[in-house]
Amino acid sequence: MWIRGDYTISDITLNRFFAFHVIALPLVLIGLVAAHLTALHETGSNNPDGIEIKKQPKDPKTGLPLDGINSHPYYTVKDIVGVVVFLAVFSVIVFFMPEMGGYFLEYNNFIPADPLKTPEHIAPVWYFTPFYAMLRAVPSSIAPFLPATQFYGVVVMGAAVMILFALPWLDRGDVKSIRYRGTLYKAWLAAFVVSFVLLGYLGVVPVTVWGQFPASWPVLGGADVATVASRILTVVYFLFFLLMPWYTARDKTKPVPARVTS
Amino acid sequence: MKTKIASFLAAALVAFSGAAHAAGAPAPRMERYAADSRDVESLQRGARLFVNYCLNCHSAKYMRYNRLTDIGLTESQIADNLILTGRFEDTPAGPAFAATKPGDTMQVAMRPADAKTWFGAPPPDLSVEARVRGTEWLYNYLISFYRDDKSATGWNNLVFPNVGMPHVLWELSGVSRLDVAAHPTRATAEAAAIGAKAIALVEPAKDGYTVKTLALQDAGSMTPAEYRKAMGDLVNFLDYVAEPAKNTRRTLGVVVLIFLGVLFAFAYWLKREYWKEVH
Repeated sequence: MWIRGDYTISDITLNRFFAFHVIALPLVLIGLVAAHLTALHETGSNNPDGIEIKKQPKDPKTGLPLDGINSHPYYTVKDIVGVVVFLAVFSVIVFFMPEMGGYFLEYNNFIPADPLKTPEHIAPVWYFTPFYAMLRAVPSSIAPFLPATQFYGVVVMGAAVMILFALPWLDRGDVKSIRYRGTLYKAWLAAFVVSFVLLGYLGVVPVTVWGQFPASWPVLGGADVATVASRILTVVYFLFFLLMPWYTARDKTKPVPARVTS
Repeated sequence: MKTKIASFLAAALVAFSGAAHAAGAPAPRMERYAADSRDVESLQRGARLFVNYCLNCHSAKYMRYNRLTDIGLTESQIADNLILTGRFEDTPAGPAFAATKPGDTMQVAMRPADAKTWFGAPPPDLSVEARVRGTEWLYNYLISFYRDDKSATGWNNLVFPNVGMPHVLWELSGVSRLDVAAHPTRATAEAAAIGAKAIALVEPAKDGYTVKTLALQDAGSMTPAEYRKAMGDLVNFLDYVAEPAKNTRRTLGVVVLIFLGVLFAFAYWLKREYWKEVH
């Protein structure tokens, strides 16, 4: 109710979410841009080898890192190429497939809003679907002594994003780059990617998509297969982060070269 | 009353449980259809069908009559052949009839309040309907009306069960009846649906499955093939109305991509020249 501002989802809720998305989020974005620029000036960019070039011996003449190159012109001209490639992909979508089969411009967007008519199947935009699948996977009553509310799902969904900020502290590995990581880490990363993609798919479709378990089965009998699957995948998603301190510390890594390889 | 409350509660339940249990009724096997926005003659035939049959109840209020010059019609052709309606407007002296001009949007004379009493719900505006339902759905909807004595209008539809709209085009299509065939297993039912080579709906029944198909009972002024072609034209027109600038956007897209291709060549060359020193 603190989020909605009313007993149901109402005009007040809409106004709050409008303000949140139009005022609060752009301010956060400005802050993140500032943080990004500060970090870029302080620590500099990473490289595919994951080597701290500022810790290397400096060039005796200039006092600059040996493997460092200037952002301008090297990265400005390189980024122009990237921008052009992005614009080409963007233009293909804008000019030839703006609706992208209902994923970019959703079919429901062409119906006038009517509070008395809820669309049969609601799915979020495609880039939110993994998190939506998690939101849906979390049951509203998790323990008999806790109140039944959809809030648990919201917490899990929020945590799924916020946990990314903890990554610098979760990673106990000696090396930064995937080039020198061991198989344990690569296996966990693969499990993470698979669970993320599958959750993304499950977030688009109704929970009945894979049918139900036979009613005669213990515990699982009658439950939607897709719901159980998204619960398992949600657990895998979080285990990737929560077990990271353990498996990155144990992993056998390859030696990192002293200089950036070309 | 009790059923009303029950259905309201059921609707609320569906709404609150998000997309849970949203799979709903099984969808029919559709006949293939693809719109062709470059077929101007088809669009013109579709426009004629649209103003004659649809535009009495369904408006297209985001479309102006004179925009139809896009599809090769002149303004006088539009005024003489396509504008068949007007509107009562409230004036201080009472309602006055106002003839529709070529620059006006495609409105209907029927008032929404009347429409609600007559059909249960006002017929939706069709400006962007092709983008809501998709052209294939619309095409199949228009060819799958059948006679049903139990419904209020006497008509029912295989794609949109219990739809409020009567079969306005029955004089053209003729009258179809519903054929229900029982099948013991899902496999034979699916095979029968594919074998029908026309719109068919497989539904689970008490014991086994049923396959619903349509059969022409009384012929109309068009043969089934002619009627399908006419509905193809109509849906093509609806697709055009939903996005009149579609052809322009595609042509423009080609030019933009050629420009970006040339720009990419130069940008990549520049990058390579600078990065020569690094590697």
